[in-house]
Amino acid sequence: MAKSPSKANLLIRKGRVIDPASGRDDVADLLVENGRLVRIGASLDAPGADIVEAEGHWVVPGLVDACVHLSLPGSGRAGDIASETRAAAAGGITHIAAQPDCGPVDSTAVVRLIREQAGQAGFARVMPVAAMTQGLAGSQLAEMVTLAKAGCIAVGNAGARVADALVLKRCLEYAATFDLPVMFRPQDASLSAGGCAHEGAVATRLGLPGIPAVAESVDLARDLLLVEATGVRAHFQQISSRDSLPLLRAAKRRGLPVTADVSIQHLLLDESALEGFNSHCHLIPPLRSAEDREALLAAVADGTIDAICSQHTPIGSSSKAAPFPATKPGMAGVDTLLSLVLSLVEDGELTLSRALEAITASPARCLGIQAGQLETGRPASLCVLDAGADRDMAENWLSAGSNSPWRRAHLKGAVKLTVCHGKVSWLTD
Amino acid sequence: MTPTLAPSSRVQLTDDGKLRHFLTTEHLPRPLLEDILDTAASFVDVGGRAIKKVPLLRGKTVVNLFFESSTRTRSTFELAAKRLSADVLNLDIAKSATSKGETLLDTLRNLEAMAADMFVVRHQDSGAPYFIANEVTPSVAVINAGDGRHAHPTQAMLDMYTIRHHKGAFEGLRVAIVGDILHSRVARSQVHALNTLGAEEVRLIGPRTLLPVDAEALGATVFTDMAQGLKDVDVVIMLRLQRERMDSALLPSESEFFRLYGLNNDKLRFARDDAIVMHPGPINRGVEIASEVADGPRSVILQQVTFGIAVRMAVMSMAISGQDSSAAQTLAGGAHG
Repeated sequence: MAKSPSKANLLIRKGRVIDPASGRDDVADLLVENGRLVRIGASLDAPGADIVEAEGHWVVPGLVDACVHLSLPGSGRAGDIASETRAAAAGGITHIAAQPDCGPVDSTAVVRLIREQAGQAGFARVMPVAAMTQGLAGSQLAEMVTLAKAGCIAVGNAGARVADALVLKRCLEYAATFDLPVMFRPQDASLSAGGCAHEGAVATRLGLPGIPAVAESVDLARDLLLVEATGVRAHFQQISSRDSLPLLRAAKRRGLPVTADVSIQHLLLDESALEGFNSHCHLIPPLRSAEDREALLAAVADGTIDAICSQHTPIGSSSKAAPFPATKPGMAGVDTLLSLVLSLVEDGELTLSRALEAITASPARCLGIQAGQLETGRPASLCVLDAGADRDMAENWLSAGSNSPWRRAHLKGAVKLTVCHGKVSWLTD
Repeated sequence: MTPTLAPSSRVQLTDDGKLRHFLTTEHLPRPLLEDILDTAASFVDVGGRAIKKVPLLRGKTVVNLFFESSTRTRSTFELAAKRLSADVLNLDIAKSATSKGETLLDTLRNLEAMAADMFVVRHQDSGAPYFIANEVTPSVAVINAGDGRHAHPTQAMLDMYTIRHHKGAFEGLRVAIVGDILHSRVARSQVHALNTLGAEEVRLIGPRTLLPVDAEALGATVFTDMAQGLKDVDVVIMLRLQRERMDSALLPSESEFFRLYGLNNDKLRFARDDAIVMHPGPINRGVEIASEVADGPRSVILQQVTFGIAVRMAVMSMAISGQDSSAAQTLAGGAHG
């Protein structure tokens, strides 16, 4: 791979240009001048630009990943910002919302550190989500406005749920005052205490302490009522249970400013993946039943769930080499997000346009950022991929976290070129 | 696109279907479970001899790895290994290595380097023996001596031995398991073994706070009422109720539990006249079982302990022989590893 230090001048020729935001899907050329996407059209000419022959390939907006757990020193995760954003670039991802649990992100120093490291690496736009409470402890408000000024795009409390309803209400009122979007990860702490698997038939057989589906919907219901009461913009992350979907639908029908995402893992796997105590499939929220998985897919198709994220959590192999309940939850996901989403299209679960939208324009809208579409006049963020190419993940894995059941799989779809905010962030020959 | 995973049963067996680890009773074929019972029968006599030893495990080293302390279970495994002439090393890991920061992985690699032939593992986490057998030391036979809420297969097999001893066969038998099913690895292993061995019906009886979600998926019918659940059963298995269940708001009190689910002569009348009463021990008198039943004519609780040693001898000798045959095949180049 080669990384261009300067703004790209590229003519991407004869690719199939798919841009869900504008509805475009045709063969065309794209011209990037000085990092900006200036034209999309037939038979463009650009003397001096680097030519990228994209015939037979797809040209799509750079992927927007609404949920990535970054690796900072002390976070207990594998790799660093450079290694993980490089893996993201190779997977076509250009924009990343970094969860506030890596620091925690409750001071401008941490925000600055993340942005500096990401900027130096230059593989992806990393947009931190600020901690909503100090130290994510759920008792005192963090300096949300200061953190937003320092570059955070939203506030949230990651997996550390704000248990005290009064504190949460005040967080939301304060965020609403300054129109900061709030990211929620609903899971009631007492209902999920000690659990490591979906409370259902598989956990019962394997004797794994369960997390009931109602742990999510109880919390979601509370959060939605507080969102309605405060009028704050809300994004719900990592929906895992079908019981949550009627609540989300009702909220959207009432016109609440609410969006939601689901991880690709939860769309492809269910509780049966835990057979044999496979610790790669130890996730929070847990993989739920086959019926949940089907309902989540339908909810992505009909827009109840807006976006699909990677929930990327790179973990060192020693943290997964233990008895299932003692392992760290999480899966590395940026390497595989695009290929796995395309597999849903191949399986007939989602249309191509909806699938791509759910990893480009939709998450950008959820995060309130300008990205995820092929818009002329703006810094180019896009990727060129060979959708039919076989990719041997054993050879091509880049994340420092090898915690994925697809770590040695063959997946379809290989990214040839990624352009992130006007610069080439990934290129293969 | 979905990754394929080896079913748990594969790990336990050699390529030609012999036992090499004993991790769970689930998915094991019926002839193999019967083989365990038949082999155990041949060992029951050993306990009555003047010299109580057979040389089947001479020169082998058995390590008792107890991450959760249990004097009773460990003693029966130790006795079983010694009667098979093995060298036995008892490690109470709960108090040693892991408290010094050594990981489970490090501990096991060290023990493997000592040329152990068998690990008898008890661990508080479900799946721990499976993890050891599958990923750490596949060439060391692993016997599960109880993992979390998952399985306690040797206890289940000694219960099967006791049932067969008294009832002759499993066909037509109705077996009720009563009490704290949710936390019980014993109950899970019993349900799988009973179904494989051909029992007519396995019933689980308890309040909903002590029944796992989808308990039917284990292969059992679920009752919350003792009178209905015990009606016409041939075997009643009472489970031990841990004191801490009251603290975690699963039950109001021991006395209310005893009133509703404790086995006394009144409730035992719902079962068949020749029904036997079992308990994995140690019993809580007046909590899950009344003394009149525990010490009564239907109780076979003490016999279970005697049979326990023979069943553990059977499993240990079979697993060592399975490992040896698989190693021999690998050396001869005839196996797939």
